[in-house]
Amino acid sequence: MSLAAIRPLGRSRWLSLAQRDGLTAWSLALPATLAMLSLIFVPTLLVAVLSITDWQFGARSFDWIGLENFAEIASDENGRKAVINTLIYVGVVMPASVALGLLAALGVQASGVGRGFFRAAMFLPVASTLVAMATVWQMLLHPSLGLVNSLLGTIGLAGPDWLSDRELVLFTLAGIGIWETVGYNMVLFLAGLAAIPEDLYQAAEVDGAGKPWERFWTVTWPLLGPTVLFVVTITAIRSFRVFETVATLTAGGPGYASDVLVYALYREGFEYFRAGYSAALTVVFLVFTVSLTLVKFRLLDRWIFYR
Amino acid sequence: MRRGFAGSLALYVALLIGAGIALLPFFWMVSLSLKPADEIFAPGIDLIPNVLAWDNYARAFAEVPLARFLLNGVIVCLGILVFQILFAVPCAYAIAVLRFPGRGVLFGAVLAGLLVPPHVPAIPVYLGLAELRLLDSYTALILPFVASVFGIFLFVQYFRTLPRDLIDAARVDGLSDWAIVWRVVFPTAWPAATAFAIFSIVAHWNDLFWPLIAVSNPDLATPPRGILYFRDQEAGSDIGALMAAATVVTLPMVALFLAAQRSFIQGVAMTGLKG
Repeated sequence: MSLAAIRPLGRSRWLSLAQRDGLTAWSLALPATLAMLSLIFVPTLLVAVLSITDWQFGARSFDWIGLENFAEIASDENGRKAVINTLIYVGVVMPASVALGLLAALGVQASGVGRGFFRAAMFLPVASTLVAMATVWQMLLHPSLGLVNSLLGTIGLAGPDWLSDRELVLFTLAGIGIWETVGYNMVLFLAGLAAIPEDLYQAAEVDGAGKPWERFWTVTWPLLGPTVLFVVTITAIRSFRVFETVATLTAGGPGYASDVLVYALYREGFEYFRAGYSAALTVVFLVFTVSLTLVKFRLLDRWIFYR
Repeated sequence: MRRGFAGSLALYVALLIGAGIALLPFFWMVSLSLKPADEIFAPGIDLIPNVLAWDNYARAFAEVPLARFLLNGVIVCLGILVFQILFAVPCAYAIAVLRFPGRGVLFGAVLAGLLVPPHVPAIPVYLGLAELRLLDSYTALILPFVASVFGIFLFVQYFRTLPRDLIDAARVDGLSDWAIVWRVVFPTAWPAATAFAIFSIVAHWNDLFWPLIAVSNPDLATPPRGILYFRDQEAGSDIGALMAAATVVTLPMVALFLAAQRSFIQGVAMTGLKG
């Protein structure tokens, strides 16, 4: 061994072993720490600061306006719409895709031949590129040429204008959201179902719960409880982020009828350059998702425990 | 499992309807992408094209730089993934294996970072990139995502399960901590790395929000941004070609899914853990 290898680095003589280990650890963690600070934490703080200003992109000055941006979101019709539409969207997509995801998982689990095919088929929407698929939905839902209205026509129904009808557009988008989310929830439920021990079903059968329906209520449903809560919060968080379909299909229209939080913060900030107002929308969005994520973290502990 | 014939029939009918609805848009996309224009606009329902119009695909590549969009997607996804791993793995090793002052705070910051959706830092990050004159570049598409708190979290969980002896033995052999990270610990982390890679690639291949903000030059468009660019220009009324482009853009992720179903489902299901 050469002398250089034995002799510690010059500086290390002045540091204890523990201090040297501390330096090594921080040198390993430093790039990620700096990146986290500059790309996540400092920007998030700046968003909070911007949200109490009237600053516009490119402006030379701004005023501190307190909570005026938030007051505008709450009082202005369009601001309120972004929040309420998001809540309606989540309120439709969440229960529907959780229920259908559970049904799909139960069906796939009960099936023998073709199980892999059914699982893959129902998961495919999750794996696809949503923007591309949204353009396909635009074709499917075209008022006169679309397949959906053509099919409705064959049974004598006049199909609506799915994406231009103010009353309907949000629910059309929710329908696409459900189509995209069911397979995802199915996969989570399949993991939950696989964790239920088979002998519990046998025990239930001995106790007289022989019909599938009885077995579901006595064994599956109670044991799946934590998974259900977990999937509910995950779906809520995912749906709160709805953006791609709105940006591709409606741009929040017609007349803000399908405006949602993430699309509104994009439009106000990056099309209208109202940085302060957009930051306030971002803060509202963050408060909603953080609350839901905290709920989810609590459930996650229990879910993993059950698995 | 006991089930009568009627029960089995009902089950399969229900499953076929579910699978049919899930697959319908894919089927229709491929069908339209192969139909000549007169068939697309013909009244009535023809599920399968009478004449296969392969030239829709040729026009999709000719009317917009579709190949360029795909290449951009690959560059951006791989760029993001490489930096995420370069940043996350050493940091996760430090948190999971080493004892040092500030470790608790650092891990707390990682957990706090999990609470912040990627849309939240957009305005300040945009301003920072504008200040540095980096907008409209690959850097603008890659840089904001190099710090993956989810990646750090995942690798920490994984490294915690590693036997202490593995690291002690490497130390006795005289390896530095940096060498241990890349030569000893990382090679054992393939399961975590694969799942994370799929999670990251799917997320960034499909992302529209950030590319819409960070680049306006069509030559830098990622696949979803490119699809919108295609649709919103004059060529967008060429539905056969637009559907051909949609098919081409969706194909890589679908192929990845079919080729590696298990890891794919695992990786994508992780987005739930991330939130």
